[in-house]
Amino acid sequence: METLYFQRPASASQVQPSLVGYVGSGDLEVMIEPSHGECAEIHIQTSTAGSEVRWQQIIDQITPVIPLPAMRMDIHDFAATPGVIRLRIEQALEQAMSLGGSHHE
Amino acid sequence: MNNTMTTKDSSFIEQSARQRVKNVLDEGTMRELISPFDRITSPWLAKQGIVSQFDDGVVIARGTINGEQTVVAAIEGSFQGGSLGEVSGAKIAGALELAVEENENGNPMSAVLILETGGVRLQEANLGLAAIAEIQSAIVALRRYRPVVALVTGPVGCFGGMSISAALCSYIIMTREGRLGLNGPLVIEQEAGIAEYNASDRPFIWSVIGGKQRFESGLVDSYISDSQSSAREAVEQYLNQGVPEIHRSEKYSDLLEAFLRLDTQDHIAPHDAQQVLLEGVASHE
Repeated sequence: METLYFQRPASASQVQPSLVGYVGSGDLEVMIEPSHGECAEIHIQTSTAGSEVRWQQIIDQITPVIPLPAMRMDIHDFAATPGVIRLRIEQALEQAMSLGGSHHE
Repeated sequence: MNNTMTTKDSSFIEQSARQRVKNVLDEGTMRELISPFDRITSPWLAKQGIVSQFDDGVVIARGTINGEQTVVAAIEGSFQGGSLGEVSGAKIAGALELAVEENENGNPMSAVLILETGGVRLQEANLGLAAIAEIQSAIVALRRYRPVVALVTGPVGCFGGMSISAALCSYIIMTREGRLGLNGPLVIEQEAGIAEYNASDRPFIWSVIGGKQRFESGLVDSYISDSQSSAREAVEQYLNQGVPEIHRSEKYSDLLEAFLRLDTQDHIAPHDAQQVLLEGVASHE
């Protein structure tokens, strides 16, 4: 298991808590909570060793599409493929930034 | 997730633990206790290099079913095989103890356990075992006041110490896909040999420990189809029945007598097992 941490500049938009996915084979859970800081902080626990570069690439692909809000994002990854990872992160961001959306399911 | 995605007759088995809890409770009444945002995770998994989950694989909520106060606990079978460790086990025990306390204070509260579990989490060994013992004590304490309903729909099924917990409940509801047994198929195969018990022979496994066999042997109360509405209706029905006069686990001596008369020289087919078990159950009445 590896623990990774990324920090990215963020917009000031408000987020609400959100949680998607679960730590099952080939899947991951992504949790977002508001933070008082001015950047997006991403904490990752992954079962895949030597995956730091891959995570960095995934995050760099998402940021031009969805500007990251100021938040704390936690990821618990159980050997998900990059496609699934991106899908889950986008799903969590969408929930966190939508008004009146359900908190988590 | 949007509400329109789960129509009334969608599959129950395919739902996550959190969705199941929400759909068993009256609409809009679910209030999650010790939610993932409380970040109470297993302190042991990370030390062993295993990724943890924010709810440790157990969802606890209180709400109402048909307007009656109920606490619901659901195990997420996708996380670590639905295994129970220190935190996940304590969450279920705590939920049941909460209901006991409410009843002691004159506020009726029932419990529903949605079980997808291989039993104790081996990485947490004795702490998981202790938690399961606490769950069992709490079930026995609660079932005097209000029904404790177990739901075993699959896909994982219910094994190990938690199969004993299910057997202590007031009522057990199963689907065809559900399985209920003390040891899981792979464990038995390893102990008894593949010639005796082939864990990859799915029709054989379900003919021995599947929901239909368990229902026809009189070991569970209800055999339902896999849909959200039938799960919810069955839970409602058994909560309405109230506390049974005699709990199934109190009739264990009848089954013991049936086992003593059993001739183990002959091969026992699933149908013969049904007869033996039914005889044991019937001899009480």
